[in-house]
Amino acid sequence: MNRSKWFQTLVQYGGLLIVLALLVLVFSVSSKNFFQTSTFVTIANQIPDLTFLAVGMTLVLIVRGIDLSVGSLLALSSAVLGVLMAKHGWSIESALVVAMLVAGLCGTINGLISVGFGIPSFIVTLGMLEIARGATKVVTDSQSVYIGSKVEWFGQPLGSVPFSPAFVVAVLAVIIGQFVLTRTVFGRYCVAIGTNDEAVRMSGIRSAPYAIAVFGISGLMCGLAGLAQTSRLSTADPNGAIGIELAAIAACVIGGTSLMGGRGSVISSFIGVLIIQVLQTGLAQIGVSDANKQIITGTVIVVAVLLDAIRIRWGKRSRSGR
Amino acid sequence: MTETTLLQTTELTKRYGSVTVLRDLSLEVRSGEIHALLGANGAGKSTLCKIISGLITASSGTMQLAGKIYAPETKQQAEACGVEIVQQELNLIGTLSVAENLLLTRLPHRGGFLRSRRLHEEARGILDRFGLSDVATFAPVESLGVGHQQMVEIATALARQCRVLILDEPTAALSGTEATQLFAHLSELRTQGVAIIYISHRLDEVARIADRVTVLRDGKYVATRETSSLSTNDMVALMSGDASSNDGAKHRLYRTDEMAMQVRSLTCGKVRDVTLQVRRGERLGITGLVGSGRTELLRAIFGADVATSGEVVLADQPLGCRFSSPSQAVAAGLAMVTEDRKQNGLLLSQSIATNTTLSSLRKRFSRWGLLRRSKERRVSSKMVDELEIRCESIDQNVATLSGGNQQKVAVAKWLVRDADVFMFDEPTRGIDVAARRRIYRLLESLAADGKACVIVSSDLEELFETCDSIAVMCDGRLVETFDRDSWSQEKIMQASFAGYVNPGAGT
Repeated sequence: MNRSKWFQTLVQYGGLLIVLALLVLVFSVSSKNFFQTSTFVTIANQIPDLTFLAVGMTLVLIVRGIDLSVGSLLALSSAVLGVLMAKHGWSIESALVVAMLVAGLCGTINGLISVGFGIPSFIVTLGMLEIARGATKVVTDSQSVYIGSKVEWFGQPLGSVPFSPAFVVAVLAVIIGQFVLTRTVFGRYCVAIGTNDEAVRMSGIRSAPYAIAVFGISGLMCGLAGLAQTSRLSTADPNGAIGIELAAIAACVIGGTSLMGGRGSVISSFIGVLIIQVLQTGLAQIGVSDANKQIITGTVIVVAVLLDAIRIRWGKRSRSGR
Repeated sequence: MTETTLLQTTELTKRYGSVTVLRDLSLEVRSGEIHALLGANGAGKSTLCKIISGLITASSGTMQLAGKIYAPETKQQAEACGVEIVQQELNLIGTLSVAENLLLTRLPHRGGFLRSRRLHEEARGILDRFGLSDVATFAPVESLGVGHQQMVEIATALARQCRVLILDEPTAALSGTEATQLFAHLSELRTQGVAIIYISHRLDEVARIADRVTVLRDGKYVATRETSSLSTNDMVALMSGDASSNDGAKHRLYRTDEMAMQVRSLTCGKVRDVTLQVRRGERLGITGLVGSGRTELLRAIFGADVATSGEVVLADQPLGCRFSSPSQAVAAGLAMVTEDRKQNGLLLSQSIATNTTLSSLRKRFSRWGLLRRSKERRVSSKMVDELEIRCESIDQNVATLSGGNQQKVAVAKWLVRDADVFMFDEPTRGIDVAARRRIYRLLESLAADGKACVIVSSDLEELFETCDSIAVMCDGRLVETFDRDSWSQEKIMQASFAGYVNPGAGT
């Protein structure tokens, strides 16, 4: 029983891990400098922001929603953090609490409007994308806010281990996210809602509070991502993280999360984040131009989704052909 | 009136898997006649019409149109041969204008550019010809009432040149005057030599306009008669057959005197002023024609649609209430197995275990919000064994199960949750005999446990076998309730058609 379980887990993540290993292999062969500890440390310390967003986004996609506002919410919480810490001298802890509350509130508003009124979350969060970006500029007066060492430590490797606290917290978020998704009533309801909301309703379950909460969680994750990015750059940048929502969606989709809801895994999304970042770093190291980097990244996303679709179709056929 | 045979079907048979819905059906339709098809739910009328109009193909048998072999594989082929069908469901595109819908397959254009003036002129002509001069050609179809939409749909078919016209319940949504207009056009087409196949539940209508009537029962041909030789009562008698299934020998009564649920004057959309009660241990059947409001009644009781008036009283809550969501109804002790298990009964892409425990996660399978997975697996394995669900494991996706086993999973979900009143909507539709038997046994054991069961079914044999009493719905109302000693197929059919036979009692 236990062995077949291990086997199943391997099959579930195997394809993604092979893709990741192949990428590492290709870059290691084509660049002498790639296969070094320092490369992996760099990668590890660059991914926390995207990882936090991907955790929230996975849940949102599973309930058949989408959250386009995460980049703006990241910037907004970063701005709140910067202003409170640099201009008002707050401690990092209390500033973080406020930043997460602000982003969590915005996410909850996304959920309330889209779930409560049945408006596609695509539209609602697109609106929030603009609103939060505007609010960011209001809060910072459109100026970058330098914070410095008070926040930098969070994004820098600890003395004894090469990982930053941000990376450790991000990995924790992945583990907790996966646990919530697979081991709690909340997670089970999310999958059920994304699969067939009407069947959930007819089973006597009120689905709206759960779906709204998912958007709220996505907001909270933006708060953490805001801290991660601010600590890495020592600065709150009102024009930062533009377009990162698409990277987060791409990571989830590469990980096999369905845009049609009901299917997804936080760990797979994390591997998706790793694939994207390895690709970025590797391509930069072998000296590919920015333009070509974009072309290659786009191709990898489409091919990954294509392979997943083929795998599912093949799986269906082999089952029905029994 | 000409007496030449235009359309001839010979031994048409249609099978879905092991289920035969149409058996050796031979029918002959003359040009210049209105030929009515009669039969109870599931008699095979719609299947026959779909075969004739190319929507589905027969498993065996042949057809001839004007003496030539006729075997349409698509609706387009049938239309090319001059066979048109107007189905019960509307096939209009709501956001397009009336004119665009009328001429959708032959929009006037010049080099791909729409000739708007011509379009509206042609459409105006068609509408005026059918007495729809009050309908604007540029109005989006969705802005019209259902009656007008139906008329536009019929006009669309009539406007094309056709030799055979099939109408499936065309008057269901029409007002009296609209129906009269329709009948006038049909007689006109008849004089032009068009053969019209006409399906309707409204027997008075059939008696008024049809020349001949063919009756089907259980997918088989029963008789063809001149309409003038039949009364509406004769029609009902032909449809129901003479078998009075009153073999109560094996039936055991578990009905107690304790009230389980009372529904008082419930009104919700189509459902009007329905009062019924069911006792603990009772199995109450509800039947009626398709569209008589049976499913809507269950949905209104369950809070899936919110009733506008009336109340539901449950045994332990003497104060009546109207449920505004299924979650309230479930909390109060109701369960409902829905008719369309794929649409709203099951999570198809999830496992058997997930589906069986869905309704009871909070109640039985969690502690502090964490799933108790081993208990979940134990209970769903037990259900799989008990209901004889055929599967490889409880982790198998429900989508990969057969219909009967899917239905067992849908039922298992509520058995695990437990309730005082179980409502079943068409519990055995489309499932095989073995699964059906298992569900009947289950109904019996629920009754033996003192649960109240409400079973909606089109299959009278099923209700005769399983129920203690049968309520009949007609046109949104509950018209009559029969007990085992008083029911017969014919009485129930009479009651089902009651609202349609007597003008004034219906709409």
